[in-house]
Amino acid sequence: MSETTKPKKEKLPRQTMPHQNPMVRRRNFDEVAIGYTEELALSEATRCIQCKNPTCIPGCPVEIDIKGFIHLIAEKKYVEAAHLIKEKSFLPAVCGRVCPQEDQCEKVCVIAKKQMPVAIGRLERFVADYEASHGETILPKLPPSTGKKIAVAGAGPSGLTVAGDLIKLGHKVTVFEALHEPGGVLVYGIPEFRLPKAIVKREVDFLKKLGVEFKLNYVIGKIKTVDELLGVDGYDAVFLGNGAGLPKFMGIPGENLNGVYSANEYLTRVNLMKAYKFPEYDTPIIKGRRVAVVGGGNVAMDAVRTASRLGAEEAMIIYRRSEEEMPARKEEVENAHEEGVIFKNLTNPVRIIGNDKGWASALECLKMELGAPDESGRRSPVPIKGSEFQVPVDVVIIAIGTSAQPLIAASAKGMEVNKRGYIVVDEETGKTTKEGVYAGGDIVTGAATVILAMGAGRKAAKAMHEYVMKK
Amino acid sequence: MFRILRKDVFSPTVKRFTIQAPEIAKKAGPDQFIVLRIDEKGERIPLTISDSDPEKGTIATVFQEVGKTTIQLGGLKQGDSIQDVVGPLGTPAHIENYGTVVCVGGGVGIAVLPPVVKALKNKGNKVITILGARTKDLLILEEDLKKISDELLIVTDDGSYGTKGLVTNELERLVKESVKIDLVIAIGPPVMMRAVSNLTKNYSIGTLVSLNSIMVDGTGMCGACRVTVGGKTRFACVDGPEFNAHDVDFDELIKRLAMYKEDEKLAMEYYKTHQQEHHHSCC
Repeated sequence: MSETTKPKKEKLPRQTMPHQNPMVRRRNFDEVAIGYTEELALSEATRCIQCKNPTCIPGCPVEIDIKGFIHLIAEKKYVEAAHLIKEKSFLPAVCGRVCPQEDQCEKVCVIAKKQMPVAIGRLERFVADYEASHGETILPKLPPSTGKKIAVAGAGPSGLTVAGDLIKLGHKVTVFEALHEPGGVLVYGIPEFRLPKAIVKREVDFLKKLGVEFKLNYVIGKIKTVDELLGVDGYDAVFLGNGAGLPKFMGIPGENLNGVYSANEYLTRVNLMKAYKFPEYDTPIIKGRRVAVVGGGNVAMDAVRTASRLGAEEAMIIYRRSEEEMPARKEEVENAHEEGVIFKNLTNPVRIIGNDKGWASALECLKMELGAPDESGRRSPVPIKGSEFQVPVDVVIIAIGTSAQPLIAASAKGMEVNKRGYIVVDEETGKTTKEGVYAGGDIVTGAATVILAMGAGRKAAKAMHEYVMKK
Repeated sequence: MFRILRKDVFSPTVKRFTIQAPEIAKKAGPDQFIVLRIDEKGERIPLTISDSDPEKGTIATVFQEVGKTTIQLGGLKQGDSIQDVVGPLGTPAHIENYGTVVCVGGGVGIAVLPPVVKALKNKGNKVITILGARTKDLLILEEDLKKISDELLIVTDDGSYGTKGLVTNELERLVKESVKIDLVIAIGPPVMMRAVSNLTKNYSIGTLVSLNSIMVDGTGMCGACRVTVGGKTRFACVDGPEFNAHDVDFDELIKRLAMYKEDEKLAMEYYKTHQQEHHHSCC
């Protein structure tokens, strides 16, 4: 190092994460962030001041012992650090990558008052990957069987958490998954370049090794009702973590033209079905030259960056507010900028224009300006009269959110849902209005984050354990 | 894995599989479907359940070889397995006592009729079945449907069997002969369903159709199968597949079904070259 005079308290800057070069990565599906080296992780770990009363831990929805695991990193006990995290979270390699740490643990990091917070997420990812690549995954000892049977509907973040927590308490756990692969949004929604599917598989395999049974291709509400699970099938409790489900459309003319996708479909084709490897894989996808993604959330960023990787010359975000109001993580918006994504903010589509063969050819938009804040606290977009203009496109992806999937709720007699179709639960326990049935994740909150779903799963698992043990 | 217990070859391109799927068999209703994926690299395709036997734990599905996936599927033999089968999906057909129901089946869509006709008969309906095929060799399930229908009429495009003409000719003949028709159920190629729908609209006869949109998950999650019905976007996988024919935008449906035409060609070419390679390496 070049420093010759050492000041008393040298402040180490937050260690940056190595990334693939934007101009290269915008055309490949390899992971964008390469991950800390051991040296970088060690340097970053020393930035943690090991506060007496760490504020980061309550800042985490599943209360990982952040202070503890960073201390272990500083002592080069990486595998031990991973095990400490796993006491609270089964998915550290996932959460280290996709959690919005900037709004959670890192936001309340004590040193963040004066400098950049400790890069908790990057450190979490480092130890999880270290553990995996060093083949030292050890299985916790399981208590003797309680003889209780738990059914979990949906193998996404909340369901996997419930399964992991309850198998560790000695219950028999079966997870029912509608798709042919477990993982939920981790496999169909979040792209390979942000969360390699091998990592999800690794975490799911861990649960399998613990004894969790996965029944794939199983749509609860169709092949089996919730009442049957609790009745003839003899499950003592059921957890519903089936996700938000149905994609929303804008209700503007032209949405059913060819070349128009919901983000769910677009991402499912690419991520779950591997359409980016077509025709080696059988599922096709329309690779547009000019692709417009409508929306400003994380899903919109995933979709637009996917479009770029599929070869789009122009991959565009169409968002009705300004970048300030975007619900997507700052980091993902930055990544998209670096990769050459075009942002058409303060722009609202009013119709999709088709050609004579029924394919989308242009998006007609209105320019917007920001007015008074709305109920979300963000300044609301107001259309500017007469500002219509057209954007030539061949693929349009609608990424404006989802609404509740009704199949499961309809199969659980006496379980209350709210007027938007989401399941009504007690927030602290995930208990629904139907005895023995618990719920969490997007089917309760509407589309949210992986870690919030995991947090809800954690709470529900605790309550379900108490419930079945009293039974 | 889902084992194929029996394979019936109806014609060089139309085949029926009886598949071991006990839990699906227990729940399957008329006009419900499965989504299957042959293997790890396969796509997910919807196929209608043409029969189910809860006692034996089997379901049956009839398909026509039209593209890479269905051709590969048709190449499977009795005893082979399909990696993924999920179902029963979709809302079962709404069956009640309507009076006289004309069931119109075209091409491979005929395969969907037996459970529908059976359910209609169980509710006390009189059922007249009209089957249409391009040519005699492509006509399927004639005997099965003859047994359960009150009357069976057959048309072929080329006149090689039954009456020469289209299903709509026979249907219109019935109407003109003042046969009292309370409901028409039409299942077949979208072009046929559109023609039936246009005809019955003129005579104000209520008509139901079963739509075969492109799907991925089949549970409402992706929205690939959306159709415009009565001016509103509906999802064929969860809101259907049965819809009121007179409200369906068939032109849009037909365009949407052609969305991957170019890709289908590519997939076919790729499959052929790789099959050849596979053969070479075998020999």
